[in-house]
Amino acid sequence: MFDTICAISTARGVGAISIIRVSGPQAISKVAQIFTGKDLNKVPSHTIHYGHIINNNELIDEVLISVLKAPKTYTMEDMVEINTHGGIASTKKVLETVLGTGIRLALPGEFTKRAFLNGRIDLTRAEAVENLINSQTDLERKLALNTVDGKVAKKIKKVRDIIVNLMANIEVNIDYPEYEDALVITLENLPPRLKEIKIELEKLLEESKIGKIINQGIKVAIIGRPNVGKSSLLNAMLKENKAIVTDIAGTTRDIVEGEIELKGIRLKFIDTAGIRKTTDIVEKIGVDKSFEAILNADLVIHVLNNNELLTEEDQELINKLKDKTHITYVNKNDLPTKLDLVNKDNVVYGNTTKEEGIEDLKNKIIEIFDLEAINTSNLELASSTRVINLIKEALNSINSALENVAKKIPVDMIAIDIKKAWDLLGEVTGEAYQDELLDTLFSKFCLGK
Amino acid sequence: MINMYDIIVVGGGHAGCEASHIAAVLGCKTLLVTANINNIADMPCNPSIGGTAKGIIVREIDALGGLMGIIADKSHFQIKMLNNGKGPAVRSLRAQADKITYPKNMLKALRDTKNLTIIEGMVENLIVKENTVQGIVLANGEEILSKAVILTTGTYLKGNILIGDENNPGGPHGEKRSNHLSDNLKKLGLTIQRLKTGTPPRIKKSSIDFSKMKPETGDDKYYTFSFDTEPLYKINEQQKCFLIYTTPKTHEIIKANLNKSAMYGGYVTGIGPRYCPSIEDKIVRFADKEKHQLFLEPESIYYDEWYIQGFSTSMPRDIQEQMVHSLPGLEKAVITKYAYAIEYDAIDPLEMRPSLENKIIANLFTAGQINGTSGYEEAAGQGLIAGINAHHKLNNLEPLILKRNESYIGVLIDDLVTKGTVEPYRMLTSRAEFRLLLRHDNADLRLRKIGYEHGTIDKERYQKLENKLKDINNLKEILKNTNLSLNDKNKELFIKNNLEVPTFSISLYQLLKRPEINIDFLKNFLDLNYKEEVLEEVEIEIKYEGYIAKSYKEVERMLKLEEKLIPEDINYQDITNLASEARQKLEKIRPKSIGQAARISGVNPSDLSILSVYLKKKYSK
Repeated sequence: MFDTICAISTARGVGAISIIRVSGPQAISKVAQIFTGKDLNKVPSHTIHYGHIINNNELIDEVLISVLKAPKTYTMEDMVEINTHGGIASTKKVLETVLGTGIRLALPGEFTKRAFLNGRIDLTRAEAVENLINSQTDLERKLALNTVDGKVAKKIKKVRDIIVNLMANIEVNIDYPEYEDALVITLENLPPRLKEIKIELEKLLEESKIGKIINQGIKVAIIGRPNVGKSSLLNAMLKENKAIVTDIAGTTRDIVEGEIELKGIRLKFIDTAGIRKTTDIVEKIGVDKSFEAILNADLVIHVLNNNELLTEEDQELINKLKDKTHITYVNKNDLPTKLDLVNKDNVVYGNTTKEEGIEDLKNKIIEIFDLEAINTSNLELASSTRVINLIKEALNSINSALENVAKKIPVDMIAIDIKKAWDLLGEVTGEAYQDELLDTLFSKFCLGK
Repeated sequence: MINMYDIIVVGGGHAGCEASHIAAVLGCKTLLVTANINNIADMPCNPSIGGTAKGIIVREIDALGGLMGIIADKSHFQIKMLNNGKGPAVRSLRAQADKITYPKNMLKALRDTKNLTIIEGMVENLIVKENTVQGIVLANGEEILSKAVILTTGTYLKGNILIGDENNPGGPHGEKRSNHLSDNLKKLGLTIQRLKTGTPPRIKKSSIDFSKMKPETGDDKYYTFSFDTEPLYKINEQQKCFLIYTTPKTHEIIKANLNKSAMYGGYVTGIGPRYCPSIEDKIVRFADKEKHQLFLEPESIYYDEWYIQGFSTSMPRDIQEQMVHSLPGLEKAVITKYAYAIEYDAIDPLEMRPSLENKIIANLFTAGQINGTSGYEEAAGQGLIAGINAHHKLNNLEPLILKRNESYIGVLIDDLVTKGTVEPYRMLTSRAEFRLLLRHDNADLRLRKIGYEHGTIDKERYQKLENKLKDINNLKEILKNTNLSLNDKNKELFIKNNLEVPTFSISLYQLLKRPEINIDFLKNFLDLNYKEEVLEEVEIEIKYEGYIAKSYKEVERMLKLEEKLIPEDINYQDITNLASEARQKLEKIRPKSIGQAARISGVNPSDLSILSVYLKKKYSK
C-alpha cells in the first residue's frame, strides 16, 4: 500500500553511532543491493548483520544492519535499521546511498503515521508520538513519553468504567423491570453517581490545563493604552528588538510573537496594538485583534504608566480583565507616582527602558502558574486540544444529565447523556470509531499522492 | 410439475406464520409445510407475548401488516404495560396469552388467507441448482418445487430434549425432529452451529396452594398491541399470576445435585442464553444471592397447567420433584410436564444478507431460531421481513431493510448479520441505541408508511395513520399558538393543584414541557377533542423534545457512516495492513458500509481507518 521510506532516526550531531531507518515493502531488497555481507533477502527476521555499505564499488561505511520483517515492527512493515559510525559526513553519505536506490526520504512523523495507519498504535498514541517529535523543551518530551505509554488513556478508561457500570445498572432496570435483584437507579440516587463522574472529569480537565501549558506553552498578551511601554516590555522580556518601539502613539499595529522558556515552559508573547478608542479603520483592526488576543491569552499583562492617572480606557480594560488571569505591570517607576490603582493584587513595578521589574514579572508568572510544581510533578496529563475538547464535551454531557435530573426527566432518557459521555471518552482512548477523527487525521497527514 | 409454488415456508412457528401470511398477502402462491398442523403458532415456552422491547417488536409487526399483534389481542387473559413508571421510550406491553386460544386464532387467520396452502410434512432436504433453491424434499421423498424457500424450523433441526442424563431426539412435546435437513444445509456449504435453550416445569393447578403466594395482577387500563383492534374483555376480568421466591432448601437441593443436570453434567454441547439462565445457572453464578424470584403463570384458561417462570432446569425428574416441592405453596405440587433443555442446530447468521436471504444459496431465506434468536416476537419479526423480501426478490424489487433508527426489527436483523450470535439472541432495549425514537406509542408513525409502500398495509389502514399524523400536527400548532392567560381563575387552578404559577404568560406548548404538567391539565384551558393516542403522542413529543432532538443528532452521525458504502466487489486481501481477525470478519460479513463495519466485533477503529484510507485512495479517483 505504501512506498518505501527512510530517515536518520537518531539526533544529528556527534554520537557514537547513528541509525538510518528504512520502512516499506522494498526496505530489505533495496538495502541488500548496497550491502556487502550476508544476502539480507535470505536472513531471518529480527537479526543483526555486519558488513559494509557500498556505492558503485566504493566503500561508504562499516555498518551493523538489523533486519525486521513485517508485521512485528514499529510500522508493521518490513524494516531495516542501519547502524553507522556517527559523524555527520558518513551518516549523510550512507543516507544518500540509500536514497540512491530509489527509496524516498520520509516526511516528519511519517513512520508514526504508518504505525497508526497500519493499526500498530491508536490515535492517542500517534498524537503523542507526533508531540514527541515536535517537542522542544525537556518537559514537553517527558509529557509526550507518558502519553505514548497510554497513561492518560488509563485514567480515562477508569472514568469510562465508572460510567459503564452506571449504564449497565440503568439498562438492567429497564430490561428486567420485575426483577428485584438490581438496585433501581432513580432521580434521587442518580445525582451522587453523576457527581462522582463529574468530579473525575473535572480533575482530568484541571490536570490537562497543566498538560496544555506544557505542550502548548502559555500565551501571554501584553496590553495597555498606547505608548505605555508594551513593546519595550516585550523587548525586555525577549531581549531582542522585534516590535517597533517609538514614541508616537499607535504604530504597533501588527501582532508580533516571540517566545522565551521559563522553568521549561514556553511563554508565547503576543504583542498587541495599543488599545484606545479609534476611528482609523486600519488601526481599528489592530485594536479588535487586541481584544481577541485578550480572549485567547492564558495570561494578560496590563501595562500602566506610573506617571499618569487611570483613564476611562484603563478602567474599562481593568473591568474586562476581572475574570482573566492577569498581571499589572506599572511602568516608568522612575517618574513620580500619579497612578491611583485600587486593586494592588499581582502588581509588578518596573521600568522597561532600564529592564527593571523583569525578574519580578517572571517570578510572578512562575507563582501564578505554579511552574515549579509542574516541573517536578509526575506528568500524566491529557495535553492535546482534541483530547481536552472531548473531555470537556463529556463533562457537558454529564452536566446536562444533572440538569435534566432536576427537570425530572426519566432516568432512561438521561441515560442518553450518560452514554454520550462514555462515547466521547471512547474517542479519546481510540475505543470508539468516529469519522471526524479520521477526517482530522486526513487533514494532519497528507495521504494523497 | 403440478405442485409449483412461488414460496414454500418450512415450519409453522411464529416466524413461519408471519412469513407465509405476508407472502400470500403480497400475492405469492405460498405453501406452509409443518410437521403438525395442531402445533401451528405453538407456544412451547412461556405463556406470554411481548415483554420489554419484545412488546415493541409486536407493535412493529402490526404496523407493518403482520399478524402477531392482532392475534395476541384476541388471545390473552392479562395485560400489563411494563416500565409504566419510567420514560415513554422503554414502555412495553406484555400479555399473558392463552396457549390454546393463540394458536387456534392464528391457524384460523392463516386458513382465511388467500393464496396460502398448509400441509403436513417433514422437510429433510432442499432442491438446489446452481446455488439457487428450487424446492424442498419431504421425508417420504416427495419433491415440491418453488421459486423461493423460507426456513423457519425453530428448534426442530436435530432437536434433542435433555432431562438430566436422558437425551431424546425430538422437538418440544416430543414431536418428530428433522434429522437430515441441517446436515444437508451443511453439505450445501452453510455453517451449522448448535444452540440450547430450556423451559421450566409445569404444575397442576389444583395442587398449588396459592395462599402462600403474592398475587400479580394486570393493569387497570386496557392496552392493545394492534393499532386496529379493540379491547377483548372487561379489564377486571383478567387472570392473576403469582410471585414466589426460592428457599434455602431449593438452593441446597440444586447445589447437591449439580452434576446430574444436563448442563452441568456435561451432556449439553449447545450454548445457552445468558439472559435467560436456568435456575442452576443462577445459583452457581450468583452464589451470594439468598433467593430468586419466580412467577407462576397460567398457561390457558382451558386446561389446568401452570408455568413456573424463572425455574428452567435440566435436572433429572426426581430432583425436579424435590426442587419444586421446596418452593412455598408448591409443597404438594404435581408436575404435569418436566422441565427440559433443548439443543438444536442453527445456521450462522453472518452468512445471511440483511434481507435475510442466504449468501450462499440464492432465494433461500431463514427466520427465527434457525438464525440463532430466541423468543416468539423476535421470530415473528424476522418471519415477516423474510416473507416480504422473498416476495420482493421474486419480483425484482429492492429488499425491505429496516434501519436501526427505524425499528427494533431493524436492530435485531442488523445485529444478527453484523455481529452474529453464539448464544440465542434476545432483544433488549439496551441493544437499541436510538430507543427513545423506537417507542411503543409511535410504531405506526415509524412503520405504517413503509408498510404501505411495500404493499403490506392497505389504503384504509394507511389513511388512519395519515389522519393521526394530521391530528398530531394540528394539536401541536394549537398548543404553540395558544397562550395561557394569567387570569385569577387560571392562577387559582395552579394553586389548587399545587403547581407553581407561571410568572408570565407562556404558550401551552411551553407549559407542557414542565415535568409536573400533563396534557390532561391543559384541558382546563382549551378543548382537547382528540383521540387518546394523539394526546399521548403530542405530550411525549413536546415533553421530551430535547432528548428526542439529541437522538436525531446521533442518528445523523450514524447515517453519515451508513452512507459511506463499501463496494460489493471489494477484495479485502488487497488491504494488506488489516489485522487478520478484522480481515476474516470483513470477508465473511462483507458489510455494506463503514457504519456497518464499525459494528462488527473484532474490527477495531484502526482497522476502520485503514479501510477508509483504502477506499478513499482506491475509489475516490
